[in-house]
Amino acid sequence: MEPWEEEDGPEVVKRFMYVNRRAPYGTIYALECLEVVLIAAAFDQDVSVVFADDGVYQLKKDQDTTGIGMKNFSKTYRALDDYDVEKIYVEKESLEKRGLTADDLIIPVEVVATDKLRKIMAQQDVVISS
Amino acid sequence: MSKMLHLINKSPFDRNALDSCLRLAQAGSSVLLIEDGVYAALGNADSAKAVRERMGDLTFYVLGPDVSARGLDDSPLIDGIDVVDYGGFVDLVVEHDVAQSWL
Repeated sequence: MEPWEEEDGPEVVKRFMYVNRRAPYGTIYALECLEVVLIAAAFDQDVSVVFADDGVYQLKKDQDTTGIGMKNFSKTYRALDDYDVEKIYVEKESLEKRGLTADDLIIPVEVVATDKLRKIMAQQDVVISS
Repeated sequence: MSKMLHLINKSPFDRNALDSCLRLAQAGSSVLLIEDGVYAALGNADSAKAVRERMGDLTFYVLGPDVSARGLDDSPLIDGIDVVDYGGFVDLVVEHDVAQSWL
């Protein structure tokens, strides 16, 4: 047993939602949030990840950063499945505004309309936005 | 009158830098889209209308390495936008009298 684990009593599982609203590379927010999600996933919590607004650009296929000298972290999103992060939502309206569809994305996601996303968001215990 | 190069490095969906630039840029000026500004070059995005409206009197460029980094090599860009590399970026700065960054 690790020092941070409870010695007795039922394990508390909270619902954590991470909301990505920024494009990759222009700022550090997208990469930092991905790392936080992967760390949080190791703690067996109920994790969901949302991509809305410019955050949908994080999942665009075919990213090639050799020309800009930055790490291409887009393939790391494929690891979410290995960490049992299976609730991945992309806002439909954000995709449409940018001329994108689910076929343009690097991983399978659940495309949800704003109305449904609002309800999912309202069920969370913790929401972290970046 | 000096010939101006306008630099846009913000997404048109996240910030209004592009809108302000398009509103204030003098006819005959050039606009170079870099970093997250390259999203403004996408032909199928809602932001394209504002750019197309000024294709006639402004010259638009987009930085190729930033397009590739964002996975947009196969995405249709707005007709008439020239893709340049870093060498082309330098050439544009040299060819213009003033470079203005819309931060």
